[in-house]
Amino acid sequence: MIPNQDLSYKAAFSLIIKRDLTIAFRHRDDIMNPLLFFIIVVTLFPLGIGPESTTLSRIAPGIIWVAALLSTLLSLDRLFKSDHDDGSLEQMLLSPHPVFILVLAKIIAHWLVTGLPLIFIAPLLAVLLHLNENSYGALMLTLLLGTPILSLLGAIGVALTVGIKKGGVLLSLLVLPLYIPVLIFATSAIDTAAMNLPYSGQLAIIAALFFGSLTLAPFAVSSALKVSTN
Amino acid sequence: MWKWLHPYANPEVSYHFVGKLLPWISKITILLLAIGIVWALVFAPADYQQGDSFRIFYIHVPTAILSMSIYIAMASAAFCSLVWQFKLADASAAAMAPVGAVITAIALFTGAAWGKPMWGTWWIWDARLTSELVLLFLYLGIIALHNAFEDKNLAGKAAGILSLVGVVNIPIIKYSVEWWNTLHQGATVSKMEAPSMSIEMFLPFVFSFLGIAMLVTYVISIRFRTELLARNGMRPWVRNLITEEGVK
Amino acid sequence: MILLVNSLNIQCSDNQNNKSLLLSANALTCIREDRILFETLDLSIYSGDIVQVEGPNGSGKTSLLRILAGLSQPYDGSVLFQKQSISEHADVFHQNLLYIGHLPGVKGEMTAQENLEFNLALHGNDAATAEETLEKVNLLGFEDALASHLSAGQHRRISLARLWQSSAPIWILDEPFTAIDKRGVSELEQLFLAHAERGGCVILTTHQDLSFPEDRVKKVTLDYRFY
Repeated sequence: MIPNQDLSYKAAFSLIIKRDLTIAFRHRDDIMNPLLFFIIVVTLFPLGIGPESTTLSRIAPGIIWVAALLSTLLSLDRLFKSDHDDGSLEQMLLSPHPVFILVLAKIIAHWLVTGLPLIFIAPLLAVLLHLNENSYGALMLTLLLGTPILSLLGAIGVALTVGIKKGGVLLSLLVLPLYIPVLIFATSAIDTAAMNLPYSGQLAIIAALFFGSLTLAPFAVSSALKVSTN
Repeated sequence: MWKWLHPYANPEVSYHFVGKLLPWISKITILLLAIGIVWALVFAPADYQQGDSFRIFYIHVPTAILSMSIYIAMASAAFCSLVWQFKLADASAAAMAPVGAVITAIALFTGAAWGKPMWGTWWIWDARLTSELVLLFLYLGIIALHNAFEDKNLAGKAAGILSLVGVVNIPIIKYSVEWWNTLHQGATVSKMEAPSMSIEMFLPFVFSFLGIAMLVTYVISIRFRTELLARNGMRPWVRNLITEEGVK
Repeated sequence: MILLVNSLNIQCSDNQNNKSLLLSANALTCIREDRILFETLDLSIYSGDIVQVEGPNGSGKTSLLRILAGLSQPYDGSVLFQKQSISEHADVFHQNLLYIGHLPGVKGEMTAQENLEFNLALHGNDAATAEETLEKVNLLGFEDALASHLSAGQHRRISLARLWQSSAPIWILDEPFTAIDKRGVSELEQLFLAHAERGGCVILTTHQDLSFPEDRVKKVTLDYRFY
């Protein structure tokens, strides 16, 4: 009989990250499709509003951020759905490691494959929308701090709806209202930057939201998952 | 306190207990509402600036206050049910959500209707209206999640977690919306500074507020009893109740 | 947890002179969609027990196993592991539990070996032996095949492979023989017997007859109830 190896939190964390990234890279559509969706949504706005550069640059922060919200929402489904459907999720809940760690690892892996690409592609789309030159730094920083919040809060919604057969639409109803503060402060930071004013205040609030959700969301997610696998 | 409360943790006892309270609640509701509404709509003085359109205040403000209070009550019940596994708390949270949603919708509607004479438009992105709208979304999300589960117990737990998440988020959303509003709207919206209300205006407000609060209590109590029946459909006492009273 | 592994080892040498209580259920009530599946069910499972939960479809076998594993909460009642509530001491309990449900928990995007390595590592077992273990479940030659290319029976073998490496005394298995061929079934039965002899316990549901002697298997029968 092999003695139980004591697996440290760090090892458990990297175990999940490694597994989720492996799966994601073998299933690249899941990474590409939300990204493509993000690009297409952003290109729809100039077509709907008109190509006037002053209008576009005025609403560019809002467009990019709303599109980021929607594409995150689209990608959230894969966070727990397939694990729930094939039974891996219940194995994770029954593992000796704290569910908090496993959940956090899954959310971070999700952000790495869906949130991070958004940050790389966003400046290109900002060019298409004539975003004010001073705003690029703010755009990148708000996305860097804000998209993890989207993944963290979204995870709560997915965890609650993962056991429901048609949870997709419900998910957006649950999650989008929670995204409002991030949207408000991020777009305002970008607007403020466009006027060449300091936007550190908004960034500080987004950072506070980030750390708040980083510490609280995994608890909500773990208890929601326990309900969903019941 | 727990010992005293213990018998009421039994669904059957609390079903009958609430049943006994109901006629009293309904009488008090009718009395308070009648006094409050008649006083507010007929006898209270009109506002010197807004005239009679001000009277919508007597519906709008109580519902707006209650919309938030019901949410907090619901979240507290959800907390009790999640932490201490009170099944009754679960039923009461389920009973409160739709009532809260309706009250929020009334607050929104009356707010918009009040906005028409005041601001000349049905809707403005006023901070309070906006956060009320978001509150309505949160209510609707909780109701939708509750309905999505087949199993009532699971539904209660899931909706409970969501309402707790919402309780953490409500202040954040509220302040971010207020901040957003002052940033974007600037001085275009004349903020309704609460004027020191005269006593002739304040008293009918107290009555209509209490009346609407009692009405909400009444509706929630009825829904609570229905939830208890629905959750205990297989229990003998519910079956006896059906045979005694007949299927209506 | 280390204590428990030790006591397990001691029992290996003593054989089963002193049976210790591993898992007990007190007054369990389970309600699903307004139907009472079982009410005030008591259950005591000792080391060395092989418990077969029987009953027609829909009688609550899976629900009972999930409650015993702590995946589902009972409507009423409690489950104790060594006299401690499993929900309050979940970490200790999970170190001593191996649960395999209806779903194999196998990822199609990973190979057989990666799946097993992950499963072993997740539960704190030695992942380095994954290759040898795959041999024991007749998956040699498939270790680098993506699980999505394998059959349902092979998926189940991947998930059951953990049994050969597990040091957990409590095994809860929901229909472990589904999609497993005859030879596999008899190998599993030998494994269960050996595990019980070592001082573990096996709680399982199956529609097949176990080939163990009658007195070796404890049966828990759930009835389908109408209201």
